Amino acid sequence: MLSGATIEVINLTKRYGDVEALRGVSFAVNEGEVFGLLGPNGAGKTSTVEILEGLRTPDSGSVSVCGLDPQTSGAEYKYIMGAALQATALPDKMRVQEALDLFGSFYPRRRGTKELLGRFGLEEKRNAFYSQLSGGQKQRLALAMALVNDPRVVFLDEPTAGLDPQVRREIYDIIEELKKEKKTILLTTHYIEEAEKLCDRVAIVDHGKVIALGTPRELKQRSGAVTRITVRMAKPETNGALGSLEGVNECRAEADDYLLYSTRVPRTIVALVKHLEEQNNELVSLEISAPSLEDIFLELTGRRLRD
Amino acid sequence: MRLAMRNRAFLFFSLIMPLAFLFIYAGIFGRGRAQAVPYLLAEVLALTVMGSFWGLSVQLVTFREQGILRRFRVTPVGASAMLASSLLSNYFLTLPTIAVEFFLSRSVFHMAGLGNILSIFVLVTAGTVTFASLGLIVASVTNTMQETQIINQIIWFVFLFISGATIPFPLLPGAVQAIAVFLPATYLVSGLQRAMIDHTNLPDLGMYLASLVGSALIAFVIAAQLFRWEPESKAPRRAKLWAAAAVVPFLLLGLWETVNGNLRSHAMKNLQSIREPSSIERIEH
Repeated sequence: MLSGATIEVINLTKRYGDVEALRGVSFAVNEGEVFGLLGPNGAGKTSTVEILEGLRTPDSGSVSVCGLDPQTSGAEYKYIMGAALQATALPDKMRVQEALDLFGSFYPRRRGTKELLGRFGLEEKRNAFYSQLSGGQKQRLALAMALVNDPRVVFLDEPTAGLDPQVRREIYDIIEELKKEKKTILLTTHYIEEAEKLCDRVAIVDHGKVIALGTPRELKQRSGAVTRITVRMAKPETNGALGSLEGVNECRAEADDYLLYSTRVPRTIVALVKHLEEQNNELVSLEISAPSLEDIFLELTGRRLRD
Repeated sequence: MRLAMRNRAFLFFSLIMPLAFLFIYAGIFGRGRAQAVPYLLAEVLALTVMGSFWGLSVQLVTFREQGILRRFRVTPVGASAMLASSLLSNYFLTLPTIAVEFFLSRSVFHMAGLGNILSIFVLVTAGTVTFASLGLIVASVTNTMQETQIINQIIWFVFLFISGATIPFPLLPGAVQAIAVFLPATYLVSGLQRAMIDHTNLPDLGMYLASLVGSALIAFVIAAQLFRWEPESKAPRRAKLWAAAAVVPFLLLGLWETVNGNLRSHAMKNLQSIREPSSIERIEH
């Protein structure tokens, strides 16, 4: 039992009919952290978040957020918690400003509507109907609503799902800003970039279990994943020696490039340079692709995460 | 703070309320256009009030299906506040319609006098709460929009035709009358008629009022208990039994009425009041 953790999840199980959505999920989130649940659809991310939000009851296991039980603590818990659901729905004819006013009125302590509008770039749209908003604007509104009560803990369920990359970046910027406010944020996603960029720590979830947990860097280092080095040389390779450079598992030729898959990148680079010198060859370009969380996931499960 | 919640929710509901509901009221009143007499106005008032049954309950089911209620569930707002705001906005929307109906009765159809305004006001208020609550109970208990519509339609027709709101009570066959005394709608209609025609005071309407108010309270509490935020959670069977409990006051009143037979004589007398030598077109319902 970790003491002092803001969010504590111990051995959650949940089944819907025949489907075992959660098969023993455990993790802890510290104050001020941005914690990610990364996994494919159906992994159990949303079920976990919904249990944390108090929307669902686990079959077994325990949950504690700021010392409160989401299921039993009622309004007290809701005061300190904010959430953006996976599919936020509001009445079509509701205006943006009204939504913020309304939801703000539910809490004893709240941030001003004007402030929120400004912060989330919704000022111009404040009198627009919900149905008139674009996907990105709706998400921004959902985020604004999640923060209307200045919560200690924020749950974001797939905050950028279905949005264009450009819009996604905008949302990332907003979340980065939230980090500075020391809020504890738990977000779920199936986008690698999102987990790598935003999260202090990530739990990789698949089929209802946490299969890896750590900082993005730790996770990447831990794996035996290979790094891909893309090499372009002045003169094509003649004797196939590239494949036997130190640390190289595999070598493939692709158009003008040679792809080296190495588990020991620094040594491979050194060996490559030596080799080129010996061959009187010249390096035209070199590109190193570090293993991503996608590679980790692939390694752990044998499947790709949909990106 | 509760009040703040309700008021804001009311603002919210009133701004997005589809005009269709107002059209329903206007349509009902429209049917009463040629009716110049307090008796018939009372029927129209009753219909307007009973319209609350439909009003926001359908909207509630829609919101639930769309996942809108879910978002509210994550906030400190409880089921009671949600229902209360629904009732309040319903009420505030009904009042202007009633006012318009009175106004038109006076100006266009030259109705003399206004009946006992206080009694009418109280009846209308209690009636609105009762019927809106009943509607909300149905909305909480049914699982899909279709189911809601069907059940609403059935109950609505019963209210419409058996209570005396359309076909006058004395004209109903004896067997139907026997059933009608168990319905809340019947007492609303009767009460309004007596208030309009006889200028009956509140104390005399005591029994009617008590049962309407009592039923309103019970209905509200039950609706709050049964309130569902999510479409997937099926309403438990016993919830439907709870819903039936809402009409207990009327069962009691019905029994009392059957024994004492008060209502029928009043209804007959009121009906006579329009059989004066003045030409009024009776609307074919």
